[in-house]
Amino acid sequence: MSAVEEDVKTVPPAGRATGRALRPRRLGRFLPSWRATSSVVAFFVLWDLMVRWELGGFAHISSPLAVATAFVDGYLASADYWMSWWASFQRVLYGFVAAQLLGIPLGLLLGTRPLLNGLFYPVIEMLRPIPPLAWVPLSILFWPTTELSIVFITFIGAFFIIVINVHDSVRSIKNEHLWLARSMGASPTRIFLRVIIPSVIPSIAVGMTLGIAVTWNVVIAAEMIASDSGLGRLTWEGYVSHTGPVVIIGMISIGLAGYLSTLVVDIVEKKMMPWRKGH
Amino acid sequence: MKDLLTSKRFWLMWAGYALFLLIWYGSTNWLPIAAFNRLPGPIEVITEWVNPDPFYGISIFTAPYYTHILYSVVRATSAFLLAVALGVPLGILMGWSKRFNEYASGLFGLLRPIPPLAWVPVAILLFAQPEAAVVFVTFLVAFFATTMNTFVGVRSIDQDYFRAAECLGSSPTQVLRHVIIPGALPHIFTGLQIAMGAAWFSLAAGEMIAAQYGLGFLVFESYNLIQFPTIVIGMATLGLAGYISSALIRVIGNRLMQWREQALGMEG
Amino acid sequence: MNSGMAQRIPEGPVASGGMAERPDVGKLSVRGVGKIYDPEGAAVVAVENCDVEVEAGDFVAIVGPSGCGKSTLMNAIAGFDTITSGEIILDGVPLATPELAPRPGPDRVVVFQHGALFPWKTVLENVTYGPMVQGKLSGDEAHTRAMNLLGECGGLDRVADTYPPQLSSGMQRRVEIVRALMNDPSILLLDEPFRAMDTVSKTTMHRHLLQMYRVCRRTIIFITHDLEEAVFLADKVMIMTSRPGTIKKSLDVTLSRPRSTDMLTSEEFRELKLQLSATVHEEAKKAFARGEREQA
Repeated sequence: MSAVEEDVKTVPPAGRATGRALRPRRLGRFLPSWRATSSVVAFFVLWDLMVRWELGGFAHISSPLAVATAFVDGYLASADYWMSWWASFQRVLYGFVAAQLLGIPLGLLLGTRPLLNGLFYPVIEMLRPIPPLAWVPLSILFWPTTELSIVFITFIGAFFIIVINVHDSVRSIKNEHLWLARSMGASPTRIFLRVIIPSVIPSIAVGMTLGIAVTWNVVIAAEMIASDSGLGRLTWEGYVSHTGPVVIIGMISIGLAGYLSTLVVDIVEKKMMPWRKGH
Repeated sequence: MKDLLTSKRFWLMWAGYALFLLIWYGSTNWLPIAAFNRLPGPIEVITEWVNPDPFYGISIFTAPYYTHILYSVVRATSAFLLAVALGVPLGILMGWSKRFNEYASGLFGLLRPIPPLAWVPVAILLFAQPEAAVVFVTFLVAFFATTMNTFVGVRSIDQDYFRAAECLGSSPTQVLRHVIIPGALPHIFTGLQIAMGAAWFSLAAGEMIAAQYGLGFLVFESYNLIQFPTIVIGMATLGLAGYISSALIRVIGNRLMQWREQALGMEG
Repeated sequence: MNSGMAQRIPEGPVASGGMAERPDVGKLSVRGVGKIYDPEGAAVVAVENCDVEVEAGDFVAIVGPSGCGKSTLMNAIAGFDTITSGEIILDGVPLATPELAPRPGPDRVVVFQHGALFPWKTVLENVTYGPMVQGKLSGDEAHTRAMNLLGECGGLDRVADTYPPQLSSGMQRRVEIVRALMNDPSILLLDEPFRAMDTVSKTTMHRHLLQMYRVCRRTIIFITHDLEEAVFLADKVMIMTSRPGTIKKSLDVTLSRPRSTDMLTSEEFRELKLQLSATVHEEAKKAFARGEREQA
C-alpha cells in the first residue's frame, strides 16, 4: 500500500559549507568588476582622443593627463585650493544642518497638528517649486553679508525637502498604531516620543540623502553667481580666465566633495537606524 | 463642488495663503528692520504683475514676459524629452541585464556624484555657446534622475512576474512589452516627476549663470537693474511652471496606469 | 479548430463521477536530483538525491517544512533553475541534467505562492496571454476559449474585465489556475497557492481545484506545508526533509474520487494522516532546531 522509502542517511548539517577553503575570491568582492573598470577606462581613453583630434568643442578642453599634471603641480599643495574646499564645505554644513534643525521640527509640527497643517502646509507646497537659486537676488538683498546669503540659499534647498519628507511620513503613520498606544494608556508625549519619532526616522534619512545632493548643487551654483571663494568660484574662474585644466579640476573636486558628504550622511543614517542591515 | 466649499480644509488653505500674504506685507512694510524693508512687498509685486503698463516692463500684459517664459519652457521641455528618450531605455537595460549594468555602473558611479551644475563651465566650453550648455546641464540632471528611477523600477518588479511570463512562453521582447514596461511604469513616472522638478531647478540656475532670456535670467537681471518686484514675478512664474509641468506628468501617468486607478479606487 | 485541445477539455460539464480521459502526457521522472548553490564558494546543499515518479494525470503533493528545498525542486522542474546532479525527464524527453540547462515553458506552467497575475492586465488579458503570446491562438479564438474555461471554473467569466487587485485572493488564485490551464500544460505546478488563506477560503479553493481537476485532468504537482490539505487533494503524498532536501517518505492516497469534505473525518483519512504526520513533525523539529527562518 504505502511505498516507504529508506530513511534518509545522515547527511552533513544542512547549509554548512562543505569545508572548501575560502578562496581569495573574497577580496575580489571589494574591487569593482572588470566590466565596470573597462567602461571607466574607455571613457578616459575616449576623452583623451577627442581632445587630441580637437573634435568640436573638445578643442577647448584639456586632456585627462593635462588635468592630472596641472592638479599635482599647482593645486595639491596649494593652500588656496584647500581653502576653497573649506569655504564650500562650511556653507554646505551650515545650510544643511540649519535645514535639518528647523525642518524636522516643523515637519513634525505640521504633521501632528491638523489645524496648523491645513493652514501652513499649502503655503509650503506653494513655495516649494520655486528653484532655490531663484532666491539668490532676494537673499542678497536681505542678508548683510554674501556669506549669509549663500548659506541661506543652501538652507532653502534642503529645508523644503526635509519638511515635506517628515510631514508626509508623520501623516502616513497608521492610525492603528496611534490608537493602540492610546488604548494602552500612553500620554500624548509618550506617543510622540515612542511611536511617532521612530516612525519618521527613515524618512528623515531619505530627506537628508536627497537634501545633501541638492545642497551641493545649490552651493556651487550660488558661488558661481555671487561669491569670491569656494569650489564653485574656482571652477567658474577657470572658465573666465581660460585656464582649461582648472575647469575640470574644479568639477572633479566638487564631485569628490559631494561624494564625501554623501558618505558622511550615510554614516549618520546608519547610526540613526541600527536595525537596518544595509540596503 | 459643494463639498469643496463646505470643506474645512479648503478654507484653512485660503486662510493660510492670506496669513502668508499678511506676514509678507507686514514684514516688508511695518517691521522697522532695514533688511526686510528692502524686500519688495506683496502689493508692489501683484500690482506690477497685473499692470497693463508695468513700471519695469514685465507683466502678464507685456510680450517680453512671455518671451522669457517661452525660452525657459522650450529649454526645459527639450532637455526633459531628451533625458526621457535616453534615460528610460538605459534604465531598463541596466535593470534587466546584469552584464550591462556592470558596464554602466562603473561609468555611472564615476559621473553621478558630480553635481550637475558643476558641469556648467565645461559645458560652455564644449558647446561653445551658452544656450546648448544650459540645455545640456538641465538634460544631465533629468537624465540621471530618470535613469536611476527607471532602474529601480525594473529591479522592483517581483521575480515571479518574470517567471510567470517565461513559463507562459514569452520571448524576451514580449517580456519587455508585457512585464517590464508596465511593471516599472509607476517608478518611471515618479522618476519623471522628480526629473521635471530637477530640470527646472537646474535650468533656473543655468539661466542665471550663463544665458540670455529665460525666467532664471529674468530673476537675475531684475536684481542687477534694481527692478525688485520683477524678481518676485520671475520667481513665482518659475514656481508655477515647475508645478504645472510636474502635475501634467502625473496626470499622464495616471491615464497610462489605469489599473492602479481602479485598484486604488476600490480601497476608497 | 484545434482538435488537440478539444480532446483535453470537454465542452460541457463532466458527467458526475466520471473523470475526463487520462491524458497521455505528463509523466515525470525525477531521479537522484541534487542542487548545490554556489558550488565553488559556500556550497549550500539545498536538495540532495531526490526521487519522484509521477504518472501522467496524477495529482501529487509534496509536503515539507519551510526551507526544506521543495521550492528548489519545483524551480528545477519548472525550468527556472539548474540542477547539479541527477536528471529530470518528462515523457521520455530529458528536461534537465547537470549539463542540460532547463528552460521554462508552457508545458510546465506554475501557479505562484503569492500570485503572479499581471496586475496591469485584466483577467481576460491575463488568461489569454499565454496562447496569444505563443501565437497558438488568434485573438478571437483565445477570447472564446478563455470565456468558456473561466465560466466552467466557477463563473469567473463575470469578472473577465476586472483587474486582479480588485478580486479576492481566492478568485485571483483560480484565475491564475485558469491562465495556466489555457496553455494545455503537461504538468501544472502549484507552489503553496493557498498558503496565505483562511480556513474557509481554503476549503472553497480545494473544492474549486478538485472541480478543475475533474474538468481538465492532467498531472498536478502541489507543494504545501499543510499535511491535511495534501492528503485531501492528492493521489500521492511525498514528504520532504529539510536541508538538505530529499524525499523521505511517499504514500499513495487510497481515498476515492471525487473527494468530498466528509472524507476529512473518515477513519481512512485519519489513518493516512497518522502515517505521515510522525515523519512531518520529526522534520519540522529538526528544521526548528537549526533555526530555519520562516520563508516569507
